[in-house]
Amino acid sequence: MTEHVLLRHRDIPDLHKLEVYLQHGGYEAFKKAVTTLTPQQVIDEVKTSGLRGRGGAGFPTGVKWSFLTKDSFPRYVVANADESEPGTFKDRELLERNPHQFLEGVMIAAYAAQANTAYVYLRGEFWDVAAQLDASLMELRQQGLLGKNLLGTQYHLDVYTHLGAGAYICGEESALLESLEGQMGQPRLKPPFPADKGLYQKPTIINNVETLANVPPIILQGGCWYRNYGTERSPGVKIFSLSGCVNRPGNYELPLGATFRHLIYECGGGIVGNRKVKALMPSGASSTIVVATEDVLDCPMDYESVAQKGTMLGSASVIVLDETVDMAWLALKIARFFKHESCGKCTPCREGTYWMLHILEHLNRGEAGRGDLDLLQGVASQMVGRCLCPLGEFSVLPILSSLKHFRADFETHIK
Amino acid sequence: MLIDKYRSQIDTALSKYPPSQRRSAVMSLLHLAQQEYGAISGDSLAEVGALLGMTPTEVASIAGFYTLYLEHREAKRRVQICTDLPCALRGADQFAEELCASLRIKLGETTPDGEFMVEAVTCLAGCDRAPMFQVQDETGIHYYEGTVDQPLTAPRALEILAGLKARST
Repeated sequence: MTEHVLLRHRDIPDLHKLEVYLQHGGYEAFKKAVTTLTPQQVIDEVKTSGLRGRGGAGFPTGVKWSFLTKDSFPRYVVANADESEPGTFKDRELLERNPHQFLEGVMIAAYAAQANTAYVYLRGEFWDVAAQLDASLMELRQQGLLGKNLLGTQYHLDVYTHLGAGAYICGEESALLESLEGQMGQPRLKPPFPADKGLYQKPTIINNVETLANVPPIILQGGCWYRNYGTERSPGVKIFSLSGCVNRPGNYELPLGATFRHLIYECGGGIVGNRKVKALMPSGASSTIVVATEDVLDCPMDYESVAQKGTMLGSASVIVLDETVDMAWLALKIARFFKHESCGKCTPCREGTYWMLHILEHLNRGEAGRGDLDLLQGVASQMVGRCLCPLGEFSVLPILSSLKHFRADFETHIK
Repeated sequence: MLIDKYRSQIDTALSKYPPSQRRSAVMSLLHLAQQEYGAISGDSLAEVGALLGMTPTEVASIAGFYTLYLEHREAKRRVQICTDLPCALRGADQFAEELCASLRIKLGETTPDGEFMVEAVTCLAGCDRAPMFQVQDETGIHYYEGTVDQPLTAPRALEILAGLKARST
């Protein structure tokens, strides 16, 4: 791709500065929406584009926006900038280098929802990012792009940052809302869904940073234009976060439907030391691990095709594992992450992640017997379908899939 | 008292939320308290609680849940190295070991001069620039990382830490 839709800062220097962003068509989409379109027309345009949530779930964004409970106000828009999944680092680049395109997306979403307040929930570690965003928001207020009676209309809007303090679980939307309300970040039972009872029990739209960054170009150039990229059911462009055993890890913006092979070998410069690729984790640490067969490498990276291979595209955070990676070691790393991040609310996850880690530590120290692999499989299997939120459900996927495909790696550690 | 020294920051934090939802500012106020006192003490729990209409126990439940709030201040600075899977695949564990060896401590320990506590933490959203770390101190939280072509090395990290120490003395 010659010109970026999302990573535009790679084509335009200093795009994070408001004056540069304005020189390159910045906030024209917001002006177009507020002064020439109704909120419903904005929602329809996003529906036409076929944009799907980029945080992992892949739910159609315009459809999500249309679920807001009718005639119930105030409403809120919340941007999920709690990026914390091992392997995912795309939102951070957008927030640091192209923040105005993201903020403009937040503002358009707020207008579509007829919300007068929007929050950007940032993970606590993004301290410097929050300071930069606060400065950008202040500039927008001074320029009259945020505040009362925007652009000569009756519409009011302000946007605020909210800094978290270290909890992966707050990326789960209902835990995020709890955290924003000043509570422990523990997920809520659903339903009700946020579009009905979200922040302060009011109708709320929650979207991922990258999802929102797609909105300004869609409003400016039209939903049909967006469909020029990607596939029929997975339209548009996506930022693929490539990490692990590749020569050039990084974020790559590609149309949905590009192949794993293209990402790993053309973009990422191939495997370190020209080694063989062993397996892939297409959606970060919470992936179902797939064996990197020729067939998988040629698989188009769109939501449907990747699902057909028995895994998920999710947030498209592709961790590449080469032939030297020991899957028992990998499972230990993953189990340690999820045990640390389990919020403790539901028993299957709180206990399950603890025991998976315990068994894997035992195994990696060479102290486990043959029955321990069955025990590990048993613990993980019993968590499936019984956890309160996706964190627990996803924590077993890498463990079960690595046991299934690479059991020999585990068996070599048995005493 | 926080309210005397940080009145404008506290007002800004409260102004973000509806007047009936003061509790939403608890995370901001805890960040302020930690910047001022280095950790979240019993006194801060009461002070933050009084500002927001929460009991000290309610504030403690928040301070205890989130990992960036510290109960004790072991060192002037917390050096937090990501050793999660993607970083580990690019040498983060060896980097952490080398850095600790140069500082003559083990992971999780504090240097004898009380300057640095070094620990392994979970993902910091910098997987492509591994190895990388963040430093948490009285100025907030800041990232340190190399590039794909020039990844951070333990000697370079030592220089960065020496620079931070020199800045504060």
